[in-house]
Amino acid sequence: MFEIGLSHYLTVAAIIFTLGVFGIFINRKNIIIIMMSIEMMLLAVNLNLVAFSSYLNDLVGQVFAMFIMTVAAAEAAIGLAIVVIFFRNRGTIAVEEVSQLKG
Amino acid sequence: MIQTLDLVPVLPEVFVAIAGMALLMLGVFRKEDNTRPISVLTILVLAAAMVLVSSLGADRHLAFNGAFVADRFSGFAKALILLASAMTCAMSLPFLEKEQIGRFEYPVLVLFATLGMMMMVSANDFMSLYLGLELQSLSLYVLAAYHRDNHRATEAGLKYFVLGALASGMLLYGASLLYGFVGTTSFEGLAKVFADGHGHGTAVNFGVIAGLVFVLAGLSFKISAVPFHMWAPDVYEGAPTPVTSFFAVAPKIAAMCLLTRVLTGPFGELADQWRQVVTFLSIASMFVGAFAAIVQSNIKRLMAYSAIGHVGFMLVGIASGSDLGIQGVLIYLAIYLFMNVGVFAVILSMRQKGRMLEGIDDLAGLSKTNPAMAVVMAVLMFSMAGVPPLAGFWGKFYVFMAAIEAHMYTLAILGVLSSVVSAYYYLRIIKVMYFDEAAEAFDRPVGRAMGVVMAVATLVVLAFTFLPGPLVISAKAAAAVLFPAAG
Repeated sequence: MFEIGLSHYLTVAAIIFTLGVFGIFINRKNIIIIMMSIEMMLLAVNLNLVAFSSYLNDLVGQVFAMFIMTVAAAEAAIGLAIVVIFFRNRGTIAVEEVSQLKG
Repeated sequence: MIQTLDLVPVLPEVFVAIAGMALLMLGVFRKEDNTRPISVLTILVLAAAMVLVSSLGADRHLAFNGAFVADRFSGFAKALILLASAMTCAMSLPFLEKEQIGRFEYPVLVLFATLGMMMMVSANDFMSLYLGLELQSLSLYVLAAYHRDNHRATEAGLKYFVLGALASGMLLYGASLLYGFVGTTSFEGLAKVFADGHGHGTAVNFGVIAGLVFVLAGLSFKISAVPFHMWAPDVYEGAPTPVTSFFAVAPKIAAMCLLTRVLTGPFGELADQWRQVVTFLSIASMFVGAFAAIVQSNIKRLMAYSAIGHVGFMLVGIASGSDLGIQGVLIYLAIYLFMNVGVFAVILSMRQKGRMLEGIDDLAGLSKTNPAMAVVMAVLMFSMAGVPPLAGFWGKFYVFMAAIEAHMYTLAILGVLSSVVSAYYYLRIIKVMYFDEAAEAFDRPVGRAMGVVMAVATLVVLAFTFLPGPLVISAKAAAAVLFPAAG
């Protein structure tokens, strides 16, 4: 029978993490999608930590994952607040418009 | 049995945290405009925290199950961070009042960012490292977008947020890999495993190396080392100038000390693996910092590239991997603090008829319109360029000496070459001030806080050559903590 082991979890986490990173760099449309990509990266890390925690029979990984979830919530709140003031100033959240500063 | 919690080593942090929350409450419940009293109280809190840090003494204390360490290294770094925060906080107040963006949240955010930095330099576990780093970063994201009706400030905040969050994600992914492949997140645990497994090749496998590289990449973002520097120029230019002056100093010190502790502590045994990466980061930062700054016309943007260059020089000290190199990094950081704070005091005084100026050309003829400020800026620019006998020269001297001791001649030679290139744009500012046709004079007076900061920075830069003792000795003691075997 096909058994799901540590390496499967790690592979899924690696795929989700890569999708998150590429979501930030390739996405040319919407800042909200970037926020979702950031969230996905953190979830991939949590998946990694929980899988390792169960594999190693050690609780530290799960505690770490709890901390990451807490911080991710705060991070999302601050990120959305910044997006809101950006929208109030510019009237758009298209990624191409984030281009006043360069050089 | 219940273990009693030993909170003595974390006393400065606990004090700053409680004071920060109290000041936040005070600001909310008082009806009048609170920016000035809360700023003054913040500076007092930072000063009190400095006293608490120095009262801890020289011994090494652990707290929170070994996740937090207070030793001479963290004490040295915390003293620099608190000094930098207090000085930039004092410089910010007049600017905020003149631009009418003064709100009491500003000093409180600075205080919380400082708390995060203190946690960072005392981190002894990837968990406490991450929490300290995020407390600092989240406060800084808000500070970057602090001028919320300004297009450029909000854009700076947004860019900083996205790239900072990406960096945190990479750091975490690296930490999760290390946890999985080594089985612990504590720095001491990691160091022990690598020391035991050395030679057998069992402890150092692909997962560990990948984790190390991810952690290095995440931390390189925070110190804005090339190729992870692209946020720095935009954020420096877009953020309000007092925020930029804060960004340029305190978070750099904290992230650099954190990187030092991570590389020499848990990864001390893997020096062969990370040395080439750090060497590359160092050379790339020095050269990008030197060449990209030449074409800049905005002085805040120029300072961003200058900071990238300085980070490259500091990485030379880390790359050498010896206690001499780390001592050089600490001396460099202390000197960098005073140079940068002084330069930003001058930039914050560039104001004509109440309007802020940021162009390098606006400094034209400063030697005639305001000779004292021109002298301050000239001394600081010579020091940044590394002209002896000013302090900036000694900062570079110590790190390059360490590189030569470690037989890294190529790195040292490339460093000196890029230092020569970067001298060009520092000297250009002096040329603009002394030999160009005088522009309109800046508004006077510049204010007492600015004057004091400028005078202190200039005096430190001038006096270091004659009185290097205290700084060099304390930096040596701080660096020795990270190399217990050598001492």
